[in-house]
Amino acid sequence: MTAAPRTLYDKIWDDHVVHQAEDGTCLLYIDRHLVHEVTSPQAFEGLRMTGRKVRAPEKTIAVPDHNVPTTLDRANAATMTEDSRIQVAALDKNAKDFGINYYPVSDVRQGIVHIVGPEQGWTLPGMTVVCGDSHTATHGAFGSLAHGIGTSEVEHVLATQTLIQRKGKNMKVEITGSLRPGVTAKDITLSVIGETGTAGGTGYVIEYCGQAIRELSMEGRMTVCNMAIEGGARAGLIAPDEKTFAYVMGRPHAPKGAKWEAALAYWKTLFTDEGAHFDKVVTIKGEDIAPVVTWGTSPEDVLPITGVVPSPDDFTGGKVDAVKRSLEYMGLTPGQKLSDIEIDTVFIGSCTNGRIEDLRAAAAILKGKKIAVKRAMVVPGSGLVRAQAEEEGLAQIFIDAGFEWRLAGCSMCLAMNPDQLQPGERCAATSNRNFEGRQGRGGRTHLLSPGMAAAAAITGRLTDVRTLMTEEV
Amino acid sequence: MQKFDTLTGIAAPMPLVNIDTDMIIPKQFLKTIQRSGLGKNLFDEMRYTLDGAEIPEFVLNQPAYRKAEILVAGDNFGCGSSREHAPWALLDFGIRCVISTSFADIFFNNCFKNGILPIVMPQEVVDVLMADAKKGANARVTVDLESQTVTTSDGQVFGFDVDAHRKHCLINGLDDIGLTLEKAASINAYEAKAATTRPWA
Repeated sequence: MTAAPRTLYDKIWDDHVVHQAEDGTCLLYIDRHLVHEVTSPQAFEGLRMTGRKVRAPEKTIAVPDHNVPTTLDRANAATMTEDSRIQVAALDKNAKDFGINYYPVSDVRQGIVHIVGPEQGWTLPGMTVVCGDSHTATHGAFGSLAHGIGTSEVEHVLATQTLIQRKGKNMKVEITGSLRPGVTAKDITLSVIGETGTAGGTGYVIEYCGQAIRELSMEGRMTVCNMAIEGGARAGLIAPDEKTFAYVMGRPHAPKGAKWEAALAYWKTLFTDEGAHFDKVVTIKGEDIAPVVTWGTSPEDVLPITGVVPSPDDFTGGKVDAVKRSLEYMGLTPGQKLSDIEIDTVFIGSCTNGRIEDLRAAAAILKGKKIAVKRAMVVPGSGLVRAQAEEEGLAQIFIDAGFEWRLAGCSMCLAMNPDQLQPGERCAATSNRNFEGRQGRGGRTHLLSPGMAAAAAITGRLTDVRTLMTEEV
Repeated sequence: MQKFDTLTGIAAPMPLVNIDTDMIIPKQFLKTIQRSGLGKNLFDEMRYTLDGAEIPEFVLNQPAYRKAEILVAGDNFGCGSSREHAPWALLDFGIRCVISTSFADIFFNNCFKNGILPIVMPQEVVDVLMADAKKGANARVTVDLESQTVTTSDGQVFGFDVDAHRKHCLINGLDDIGLTLEKAASINAYEAKAATTRPWA
């Protein structure tokens, strides 16, 4: 008997079912649990109150990232608010008390949890990975089933190394052909959300495939999967290939020797079988994707940089009022050219675009230029990304252009730390959410790629990066 | 966890679509190491001015809805981050049930862990419930989890679906972790097998 063809998601799911109840509810085994300071204190407190232990501390990895300052003087406790200090101190203590792997603020390997996991080789193909953070979808770039969970589930995973789950549906997003020059992974992922809407992926796990996805580096694939959650999908996946294996090989926690060979043989089985069923399919031509920006307060409010601000009349249903509200919040007028929107601040960083390739792309545009905005900052995704960027001379390009060169953390992506927008301040950001108040109350966020962020920094307005490209980025 | 069986209360209308978790509880309130006390900051930036004064137009500031226990909301409620602070803030304010055409996955899940019932209804039913909620404080809605029905203030009854396991846990106020630990033998067996099939993991 031949087994029915399965998707990549089906295969990873099947290999992690611990127990299946009659109603289909499954207990799913979790291979890696990433932990940060904001969504974990109540979970550890729950363990203490019930006298429970962390079942698999060796599979649990913690790093503070959300509310740590990114300024060079952050070792000085006065740079943090009292409540932030308490949260980080709680993580220090919980990591020690429960014996889990830990990268404290003082460690050069510290950084955004979704950048540290892959960088240290914790994230491997075919694994289940969870974290109390919705951008856990990032790790799907390795062909691992990765998604965000709430604090109650964090406690559940700490105590049992499992999650109670029902299987989601399969969705395929295929990007055919090749991207044009100046178009990046960020433009892919934003364009997909523009097409499907922020609820289009609800209930699904997305597998991204097609030539344009294959042609992306691991960094680019992480950018694509990172924003699966903005499309409503719990997780995004990309089948592992030679690029994946090359990225993983030799990382501190990647398998070595005979275990590497065994792992590699298994990883090579992780692909969607010919004829496997998808419940929903979206296909976009890579050639049709342009450099894009968001104009509103939902990640689905995406348009090519060559476009104009839409009118509420262009929409139907509940979206009409939402767009009216967005345009008022964003201070924009229908018909205004997107490339005429003036920018106050540029933020390059986050788990979406804080990796070395992102910094290279921005630096390629900035080289020899000066910023024309009030404030511009680069926040590397980890201490190691920062060190590499310094070694490659990128840091100097940013500094010469007038950027602040920061330490690693989530920074202005969610503004839980001192890096925040003021009311009305308009920011070109490489992060992932343009919600009202996301980067600071009253702050106005335009999401875009690192190259586009650099272009905006130079001209002081949203700008088509292709007009500034001297060489292919 | 607090049990949920039936609830008769005021429903507040929030027709806006894509109400995200940053709106429900802005990030500056996530720096707590407790679960309680977030109700006063629920919808903070929609509810208060920069100096902390109440914005009278906001639904939960209106006299009729200050004691609302149910929200009737636009599509895709709870999208955005995984912060469980969102349901904690709702619960702390007194909201025990949210009704919408759709919810973001993680938020939906988090509600059940905290004794909050999220109900998905088709657009035409949400429209009826929204209109009913707009009638104000005298229009009490009844949500009965056992029979899986919502009854409007004028007696219209609508059925809804809910996952059987989640219903069981909500009605009995059961802690998931305790239930899972009863399956420790299965977890042990899985780990023993994985140690040979995926020794690198």
